[in-house]
Amino acid sequence: MEVGEVFKTLESNFPDGVKSIDIEGFDPSATIEASSLLEICSFLKSDKKLKFTSLMCLSGVDFEEKMEIVYHLHSLHYNHKVTLKVELPREKPALPSVVSIWIGADWHEREVFDLYGIHFEGHPNLKRILLPDDWEGFPLRKDHVDAEKYRGWTIRKVKEGYE
Amino acid sequence: MSIIENKFRDNVIITSADKFMNWARLSSLWPITFGIACCAIEMMATAASRYDQDRLGVLPRPSPRQSDLMIVAGTVTFKMASRIKRLYEQMPDPKYVIAMGCCATSGGPYWKHGYHVMKGVDQVVPVDVYVPGCPPRPESLLEGFIKLQEKIRRESIATTQAA
Ligand code: SF4
Repeated sequence: MEVGEVFKTLESNFPDGVKSIDIEGFDPSATIEASSLLEICSFLKSDKKLKFTSLMCLSGVDFEEKMEIVYHLHSLHYNHKVTLKVELPREKPALPSVVSIWIGADWHEREVFDLYGIHFEGHPNLKRILLPDDWEGFPLRKDHVDAEKYRGWTIRKVKEGYE
Repeated sequence: MSIIENKFRDNVIITSADKFMNWARLSSLWPITFGIACCAIEMMATAASRYDQDRLGVLPRPSPRQSDLMIVAGTVTFKMASRIKRLYEQMPDPKYVIAMGCCATSGGPYWKHGYHVMKGVDQVVPVDVYVPGCPPRPESLLEGFIKLQEKIRRESIATTQAA
């Protein structure tokens, strides 16, 4: 199925859930509401004509004015792909976890939580995965400033202005 | 020399305890087997047949209890630093450390922006020889072993480690 058709199916089934569709870009995507994320995802996975059984990638993006989560889905059955985006506010970003639909989302969501501080509600084990458990801050956020020390070790020896 | 004259047969060598111990130590430097980033690939190349570090008596051991040398071959992240310290503490004395590559020496490519990289493993373990490079070629690491051997040759049982 062409990606445009997937978007049409989505729009007709979830008129309130789909916020906008970008068909022109390099990676055509549908921006959806966080509140209907679970509904849309289980539909995409279970619908006979779509069968998006594989979550290829789940990523976080920080746009400074907002946060975004991007889902890349693939159907091994039909070999078609679709990209979903969910926009979130920068303050206390949270959205439902899709681990109940694709088990592979587990570590992806933990990684996004680890580096961006985005909360995935309903995740079975939402804790840091790459950084140490006692780490403070979310380093991939654009406004992140390194601490001076971690456990007494100097984090950054270069002062601002050094080239 | 009157006591030992005519007492020993041929093929008996007389030397000082210092020289004998140093010779034994420097001829069997056993590094603990672990690599933490890309430098470890060059370390493996040094151990393989083309460069053959075994001809210097350098033979990787699988356990810290059997090792007297630690080659820190790679990027030391803060999460890894405490593990490296633990490994170092498990090694019996006398023990030596080679910091291989600019990551282990100073943070290397992560010097400016690596929020997660320790700027030099000498913050956690005492380093005897620094081998520069990103990564150092096997010849450089061999040179590092030879430098360490020179250092051990100057040791004395009166002091634990050469200055
Ligand atoms: S010094 Fe270079 S090759 Fe060695 S671990 Fe660091 S980045 Fe990798």
